[in-house]
Amino acid sequence: MYAFAYQRPNTLKEAQAAFYAGEDASYLAGGQTLIPTLKQRLRQPSVVVDLGAIAALKGITASNGAVSIGAAVCHADVAAAPEIRKLIPALAQLASQIGDPQVRNRGTLGGSIANNDPASDYPAALVGLGATVRTTARDLAADEFFTGMFETALAAGELVVSVSFPALRRAAYLKFRNPASRYAIVGVMVAENARGIRVAVTGAGPVVFRIPEMEAALAKEFSIGAIQNICIAPDALNADIHATAAYRAHLIGVMAERAVAMIA
Amino acid sequence: MTDITITVNGRQITATVEPRLLLVEFLRGTLLLTGTHVGCDTSQCGACTVLLDGRSVKACTMLAVQADGQRVTTIEGVAAADGTLHPMQHAFREHHGLQCGFCTPGMVMSALALVDRHRGEPLTETVIRNELEGNLCRCTGYQGIVKSIAAGAKAMGAKATGASVGGAP
Repeated sequence: MYAFAYQRPNTLKEAQAAFYAGEDASYLAGGQTLIPTLKQRLRQPSVVVDLGAIAALKGITASNGAVSIGAAVCHADVAAAPEIRKLIPALAQLASQIGDPQVRNRGTLGGSIANNDPASDYPAALVGLGATVRTTARDLAADEFFTGMFETALAAGELVVSVSFPALRRAAYLKFRNPASRYAIVGVMVAENARGIRVAVTGAGPVVFRIPEMEAALAKEFSIGAIQNICIAPDALNADIHATAAYRAHLIGVMAERAVAMIA
Repeated sequence: MTDITITVNGRQITATVEPRLLLVEFLRGTLLLTGTHVGCDTSQCGACTVLLDGRSVKACTMLAVQADGQRVTTIEGVAAADGTLHPMQHAFREHHGLQCGFCTPGMVMSALALVDRHRGEPLTETVIRNELEGNLCRCTGYQGIVKSIAAGAKAMGAKATGASVGGAP
């Protein structure tokens, strides 16, 4: 690991000031991606700004069925929180399937979505459940937040503060996971709230995406039969040693059907 | 350099460290607590697992400065002061929970964390196996480890349903 200066501010303002003062600064949340990256010398920040002491990034609040989760809340706490398990069980279940227990005890919601790994689980949750990302500058709909592979709408130095999930009618997340890494080869979130039905897919493409055709079909009739004949084109999907694009395209249908079956 | 104060195995330790020093390097290199192992050094094998404020973490994927103000428990802090093994350590010895022993410190720390996390609910073989996702053993095939954890949990007073565990070779 290359040497870097280290700061552990107590407020968002101080954190951003430290970020802007440094050349090529890096925020540190749970560190489950950043620290391995630093160890491999793939990054060389001059200063690492540790977000671990900022109270404004912590905590989970629920009101009228909606849930807001602080950016620094770790996956294990999302999985275990009674209000999330009650109001958005699919989100708690999704969080319980990220990585392994040690990773879930460190990795955070904000860190994960800011990194936007194409095989990570949370993007499917945020887009599928119609969440809003509150940053230090604005509120962003999840659809606008995830812009590309490892890319988000966040400007340099802008921080995710919390993520709000609206009241839910029903949802299920089905993941076909890589057995070694537990990352999603394909993960599908099927969800319904007052604004309609959403089908969001992670792991299959360069960035999370929705399937409007399935959403429309499920709005007409919420059943496996309604989406059984919808074919996903493999053209824009990921292909690697774990799965071809065609295999991923097929898996999207299978995972979506299984998710529908769980909540139909 | 950054000043940190960490309570390691009940002892408060103040040190001045480079920010890039990993927690596992601090434990092994600075404090000479070499029971915590570095296996893969890539966040996968879990040999470096320690408890941070009672929760399992991979000490190779954390900076020492991030543990400032917190409690760290390593394998050296598990047995009683007079050397009497913790029930979980005893169970590993009793039920052939190790062969070469390299992964064992991490296995025991993960086992303690999982027993703690599942207090008040049945600790089935499925739960134990699922919770061991972050710990790799390349010798035993896990049968002995799963059996040990079920037995250790029972000895610790958890509702382990360990009777059915470890039947297959």
